[in-house]
Amino acid sequence: MFLQQLINGITLGAVYGLIALGYTMVYGIILLINFAHGEIFMAGAFVGLMMVTVFKMNIFLALILAMAFCMVLGVVVERVAYRPLRNSSRLSALISAIGVSIFLSTLALLIFGANAQGYPAQTFPVSQIHIGPAEISTLQLLILGLSAVLMIGLELIVHKTKIGKAMRATSQDYQTAALMGINVNRVISFTFGLGSSLAAAGGVLVGLYFNAVSWNMGLMAGLKAFAAAVLGGIGSIPGAMLGGLFLGIFEIMGVAAGLSSYRDAIAFAILVLVLLIKPTGLMGRKIQKKV
Amino acid sequence: MAEVLQSISNSIDPYILQIFVNIGIAIILALGLNLITGVTGQLDLGHAAYMSVGAFTAAIITINLNLPFSINLLIAGTIAALVGLAIGFPILRLTGDYFAIATLGFAEILKVVFLNLDITNRALGLSVPPANTTIPMPFYVWMITILVIVGVTFIQNSRFGRALKAIREDEIAAETMGINSTRYKNQAFAIGCFLAGIGGGLYAHFIAYINPSDFAFMKSIDILNMVVLGGLGSIPGAIVGASVLTVAPEFLRFMSEYRMLVYGALLVFLMVFRPNGLLGGVDFRKMVLRIFFGKKEKKPNVTIKAR
Amino acid sequence: MSLLKLDNVTIRFGGLIAVDKVNLTVEQGEILSLIGPNGAGKSTIFNLITGIYSPTEGNIYFEDRSIGSKKPYHLAAAGIARTFQTIHLFNNLTVLDNVLIGAHTRGKWNVTGALLKFTPWVRGEERELTEWAYDCLERVNLADKADELAMNLSYGAQRRLEIARGLAVRPKLLLLDEPAAGMNPQEKATLLKMVKAIRDSGVTIFLVEHDMKFVMSISERISVLDYGVKIAEGPPEAIRSNPKVIEAYLGKGAVNSA
Ligand SMILES: Nc1ncnc2c1ncn2[C@@H]1O[C@H](COP(=O)(O)OP(=O)(O)O)[C@@H](O)[C@H]1O
Ligand SMILES: [Mg+2]
Repeated sequence: MFLQQLINGITLGAVYGLIALGYTMVYGIILLINFAHGEIFMAGAFVGLMMVTVFKMNIFLALILAMAFCMVLGVVVERVAYRPLRNSSRLSALISAIGVSIFLSTLALLIFGANAQGYPAQTFPVSQIHIGPAEISTLQLLILGLSAVLMIGLELIVHKTKIGKAMRATSQDYQTAALMGINVNRVISFTFGLGSSLAAAGGVLVGLYFNAVSWNMGLMAGLKAFAAAVLGGIGSIPGAMLGGLFLGIFEIMGVAAGLSSYRDAIAFAILVLVLLIKPTGLMGRKIQKKV
Repeated sequence: MAEVLQSISNSIDPYILQIFVNIGIAIILALGLNLITGVTGQLDLGHAAYMSVGAFTAAIITINLNLPFSINLLIAGTIAALVGLAIGFPILRLTGDYFAIATLGFAEILKVVFLNLDITNRALGLSVPPANTTIPMPFYVWMITILVIVGVTFIQNSRFGRALKAIREDEIAAETMGINSTRYKNQAFAIGCFLAGIGGGLYAHFIAYINPSDFAFMKSIDILNMVVLGGLGSIPGAIVGASVLTVAPEFLRFMSEYRMLVYGALLVFLMVFRPNGLLGGVDFRKMVLRIFFGKKEKKPNVTIKAR
Repeated sequence: MSLLKLDNVTIRFGGLIAVDKVNLTVEQGEILSLIGPNGAGKSTIFNLITGIYSPTEGNIYFEDRSIGSKKPYHLAAAGIARTFQTIHLFNNLTVLDNVLIGAHTRGKWNVTGALLKFTPWVRGEERELTEWAYDCLERVNLADKADELAMNLSYGAQRRLEIARGLAVRPKLLLLDEPAAGMNPQEKATLLKMVKAIRDSGVTIFLVEHDMKFVMSISERISVLDYGVKIAEGPPEAIRSNPKVIEAYLGKGAVNSA
């Protein structure tokens, strides 16, 4: 059932890609592995769930609110935990990010409890569409469609707007960008907000797709999405999406091939292989160090 | 002798004793990682994996062969070092963050492999019988802890240690001074993994039950926090970091479920207000000089450089 | 026999030819200077000689042995040391440690040595290395700063420390990349004497420098590089009046109006 696995893999990969975008954008600008990004994704899933269950909202409205909430959350996290550390060692910032990650996941554990929760069955009407021998669900179509829309939207922002231009300039050379009069703080806040809202969308979609939202879902998803970002070439937006798809497809194919107990290792095995063969990722540029 | 030690350790509150042993093990782990990350400057995000290699090796040896504990630990450390070398050799030529990510990747792979092996009893984990030694565990652990402290102090203050620091400070300049950085990085990595293996072996026999999931990403991060909190590259720093982070959860115990919340927030606060660690930049020799002779010096600030 | 010989050396970075078919020799015991406008490829030549880059074409010979594909650490052991244009000190280490690291190739004890630190053999080596390091520091007037952190030194002192660290390698050939940059006239005068004294102690000197007064008064020979090509070579007086050199520095037309 190759086609079916391909469809499932692409669906999973699209979500990895959405999360990976946040990693790649942040790393591209401030060289920080934002370990709290997985928890933002988790927060998005919970906010969406709350909107649907508590406030009986339409899933699309819930999705937008989750994205808005996480946008703010991402900006706040950057302000509180990373900005004061911008001129210290990168390791300090990394540890700070880990602190945020522990804080947010524990907070979710305290609020929502240890058990996974699911979106109510009627949240999004799922039906199957047959394409040849395989079938694709309306939910999968939603995930693919929405990922594509968000991805294109992001590309437009980065390449067609003024702030996008500032983002690109800042990721090329932070100091020079500041000297050229770009408000680097604003660019960084914007980047965090943007990346976080994409992760929130990923969270809601994953919650729907696997029908499970839990306090610790951020860690592994975050690590894998990060692997996807590296795979695609960290700093590259199309690379993140490509890396996500690649990982998703391989993971599902691996499971289909009977390696389900090695599921979590597959992503990392691919990551390590890519690092050894082409450390800058599929779409990354090679930079030779000047002395 | 053994009976005397036994009666001493019996007379101490087991809860205190347990914390004490945990501190000793944490110090061994932190000093091993400090050699790799603090001294040589190679960010290792998967150190718990080498600890797990040592833990399972030692446990399996005790279960099947019941070798004397000291020999057992040496084998466990050596196997961990060999696994470390097998992983380190290809990835130590990666620079900066790419190396860090690769260590993380390999650690996750190793964990999943252990979760699937019969010899590690898969996800059920292993019950570890008591170690084959007459010396009570607390004394055993601290004997080794002290040996390790002395050993790494010697290493850091030697020609070898200087070469490692040179690589951390400026790899290109170090190579130009005749230092084969690849070789030295591998050696430092192997020694760090050896210590992780020893720490793992002690841990396994003290806790008496081990599971591959005990050595997941968060465990690696715990060890890293000890090193960073104390101040990268500093041996007293690693010792203080290991002690504080082992004891702190006990003090936070009254907060029960809020404990991890506070721990996370504390990490952020500490980094924001003391980004170079609690003892970062404190040179003990200089500190003594300052106290007695009023000399004031600018502090070193060891960091991991960009790209 | 020349100490160092560049034979038709070329290096490309992508489309850029940074060094273009350069032939050059450094003779035993001399002070040779390499000058040229910014971006001419001078530092790149030093990087080629010290193994940081490998030539795209051509080869380099040190004491008649090919070194074009050797690693930097091989070349230190062979007797080539250098300083960097942008300071590359071990910032968080003491001045003494910096120089001891320079003396790395003169020691032999490694991990075992570290663990046998208290034995007479290892202590003996450490004492020898330390004495040697102090010797090197004396030669650049830094012995009194041995316990300070490298990053706390003044700019001029940092440049001298780089020289001391290079000397600690006990090189046959010492490459100095803009050693006088950022120094005041007084410091430059002292540096001039130091470099001459180092040469008189038997170390061959190959240096890159922009300060023409410094270059003219120290060099026995000067090579001129422009856009990666060697355009002139000779004693200082000849270089001073060479039209090609004047043109390279001042642009076309300068020769006639000068
Ligand atoms: N690693 C590198 N990658 C790309 N270009 C380089 C590299 N190193 C040097 N260059 C280029 O080679 C040319 C010569 O540089 P350099 O040797 O530093 O000049 P200088 O004569 O001022 O020391 C410059 O155009 C520089 O940008
Ligand atoms: Mg130059």
